[in-house]
Amino acid sequence: MLTDTLLFYFFAAVTLGGGILTVTRKSAVHSAIALIASLLGVAGLFLLQQAEFLFAVQIVLYVGGIMVLFLFVIMLVNLEQAAHERQFNKQWWLALACVLAVGAEVMYFLKKGAGAFRLAPAPAAAPGGPGNTQAIADVLFSEYLLPFEIASLLLLVAVVGSVIMAKKRI
Amino acid sequence: MLYPVTTVHYLVLSAALLLVGTAGVLARRNIVIILMSIELILNAVNINLIAFSRYFHSVNGQIFAIFVITVAVAEAAVGLGILIALFRNKETVQADEIELLKW
Repeated sequence: MLTDTLLFYFFAAVTLGGGILTVTRKSAVHSAIALIASLLGVAGLFLLQQAEFLFAVQIVLYVGGIMVLFLFVIMLVNLEQAAHERQFNKQWWLALACVLAVGAEVMYFLKKGAGAFRLAPAPAAAPGGPGNTQAIADVLFSEYLLPFEIASLLLLVAVVGSVIMAKKRI
Repeated sequence: MLYPVTTVHYLVLSAALLLVGTAGVLARRNIVIILMSIELILNAVNINLIAFSRYFHSVNGQIFAIFVITVAVAEAAVGLGILIALFRNKETVQADEIELLKW
């Protein structure tokens, strides 16, 4: 129980620290590396919440896929000059004020409603019962079969769209 | 207050990550970093979904998180493709220098 708490705070610190570094660093490569740390922290939080399948998906897809895509684009697009210019736009103070206002609001309501969320002790997993991956697959391929097919269509459209966008003459 | 980690802890963390991502989208000029901030926002949503999936002892939240990840992948691929096309034509990655439609 204590280990869980310590791990939660560790992963939360990695996630939030990585996120803050991502939006404040000058160089896009540094931002990308901070984002990788943040995504790994989120993966750890998934593992703490007994979502083992999503933990694997998070690492393989985000850290292995999306971040490599980002680093490729950073290499393709010349960001040397952008790193020496102004990093924040003229309305940054307004953006910060709005974010802080929304944050104060959300935190206030979470504090007011904290009593409504008490995590019940998880039922002990039956030995030999369906694991997390099997449970997800059972629901995904029966109840959510149509959204699953629509998601595959969305990915097809995205593939065609990004190939057309990256063509020489557009 | 702090010791047993409850769903509220996850919700607070998720809200904080969402706000960091929103600040990045609103305040940064570099489009690559704006796209990274959008990834942060989507991850905050996923933390929320997983926390509630655990709270209700149901895997439906995890299915939702899978769909969110799918959309995030599609969004990143198309967004970076648009960014490359934009850089080829305008030679800039700063969001406030792209003002073709500005009156």
